[in-house]
Amino acid sequence: MQAVFSVPKSMKENFKYTFCPGCDHGIAIRLVAELIDELNLRENTICSTCVGCSVFLYDFLNIDCVEAPHGRACASATGVKRANPDKFVFTYQGDGDFASIGFAESMHTAIRGENISAICINNTTFGMTGGQLGPTTLMGQVTTTSPFGRNKEYYGYPIKIAEQVALCDGTAFSARVALDTIPHINQAKLALKKAFEVQLNGLGFGFVEILSSCPTNWHMTPHDAHEWVKNEMIPVFPLGVFKDLMEK
Amino acid sequence: MDDKKVLIKGNYAIAQASINAGCQCYFGYPITPQTEIGEYLSAEMPKLGRGYVSAESELAAINMVVGAASTGAKVMTSSSSCAVALMQETLSYACSDELPVVLVNVMRAGPGLGYVYPAQGDYNQAVYGGGNGDYKIIVLAPSTVQECIDYTYRAFYLARKYRNPVILLADGLLGQMMEPASFGKNPYPEVDVSSWALSGAKGRDGKAIYSCARDEKAHIQKIKDLFKKFEVITENETSYEEFETDDAEIILTAFGSMTRNIKASIKVLREKGIKAGGFRPITLSPFPAKRIYELASQGKNFAVVEMNMGQMWKDVKFAVEGQSYVSLINRPCGEWLSVEEIVSSVENILRTKEGEYASCI
Repeated sequence: MQAVFSVPKSMKENFKYTFCPGCDHGIAIRLVAELIDELNLRENTICSTCVGCSVFLYDFLNIDCVEAPHGRACASATGVKRANPDKFVFTYQGDGDFASIGFAESMHTAIRGENISAICINNTTFGMTGGQLGPTTLMGQVTTTSPFGRNKEYYGYPIKIAEQVALCDGTAFSARVALDTIPHINQAKLALKKAFEVQLNGLGFGFVEILSSCPTNWHMTPHDAHEWVKNEMIPVFPLGVFKDLMEK
Repeated sequence: MDDKKVLIKGNYAIAQASINAGCQCYFGYPITPQTEIGEYLSAEMPKLGRGYVSAESELAAINMVVGAASTGAKVMTSSSSCAVALMQETLSYACSDELPVVLVNVMRAGPGLGYVYPAQGDYNQAVYGGGNGDYKIIVLAPSTVQECIDYTYRAFYLARKYRNPVILLADGLLGQMMEPASFGKNPYPEVDVSSWALSGAKGRDGKAIYSCARDEKAHIQKIKDLFKKFEVITENETSYEEFETDDAEIILTAFGSMTRNIKASIKVLREKGIKAGGFRPITLSPFPAKRIYELASQGKNFAVVEMNMGQMWKDVKFAVEGQSYVSLINRPCGEWLSVEEIVSSVENILRTKEGEYASCI
């Protein structure tokens, strides 16, 4: 019998899946693991993990990981890379980690053109603490700290991360993808591959923002959460490639 | 580098010593009075093919240090007082993660922004830390430019030997002062870090370095192990210097640059017929409490001389355990306490003979 589908080699054996039902972290982590396998990177990779739901990456991936304090993954990854320029180095962060508490570190890492890859899961909320307003919460969106919905008077506006990262001279690749449909998942994998390849080619900072559902904190079924990604998130956070030095 | 003496500024001495110790990467952000360390290394590290990053903040700098340290690299950052305050969270992580971080703090005056003149107000910050949870840092306090070199070598060695952050606690006086010193050779052996350092999981399963603790029992055990490690550090590495303590009735106690002034004060006091001695912790953490207790048990009184509001004073009192008097001669910051001021304060203390005597000049 031919095996047509299996757990990627870069995933741990018998890991315990700890994310909420319907959470897109599982898909994102699998894509990362598949790419590490396909690009044969497992034995040459160091990941800088973050704080938030993404913190448990080392429970799933069978690679070397160092945990950074909240927001500092890109700074930590900079240190790893500068001390080990031959290693493949990436971060896996949430939007709160990357674009709120760690925005300065994230942007300056891109501005310096640090030769690393960064992945940011955008689910419009602080997931681990139970769904508070974050930097990407949509206008009008109700969270536990915006009980009347996000308005500009109290909260200001959500940030468009991938576009901001693309503006930096040191960025080699920046894209926004989603995981709500199979075609989008396939596009996400292609974008992640590009973000990895720009690093492998020494071109600079590779970045992918992944629109991801959070059914628990959105109080939706997994199906409705993906519908919400399509109908509410994508119109505000358009999918696409905003910078790609490989295409030049 | 050899044994030849050179006239060199403390900050440059620290920078060159870090290169000699094998520092592979430096990450830093400017702040007076230590900026020359980063300036020097920005010129030298690229020539050697080593890493240098002008970090966007001290927060970023210390996290770059942690990232590099997780791979076993020799790595350093330097900063001063209010900016070292920004690094406290990550120092707590680095202690929990058992990472060999070397941090140089060339102290300025606080609290808040304070000013750039010298002070010793970061004793508590260095020894007790501003980060969360139970952790301990090794703290070395140089008193001369030569010791800036010697203790930089030692800091890199201890950090890797014990997998623990080390702070080199200097001050603006030392950082900005030129003195003759020689670099010699880094006297410490290399430490093998391959058993724990991240290297990319070649031929093995992935390793993770993290402080996140989900299992309560394992968490408690980990903290106990960290403290057990520090007991070993205390046993092996506690160091101090004594000056004429044998017949001393009062022991002037100081750390860092103030050591210079107590040595000069002892001479003057002895000429006046006062049996003064001196004690100077080299490691502020681990603190030489055992030796202070022994000296106190011989009936010797102490006068702690420091440029803060009595931060080391309370540790000396704690070590003495009420066996003798522990006075304080201090000024919060600014002009270093002069020999004349120290001598007249000691004379006042001896005249009053009323036990606790704090003299803030």
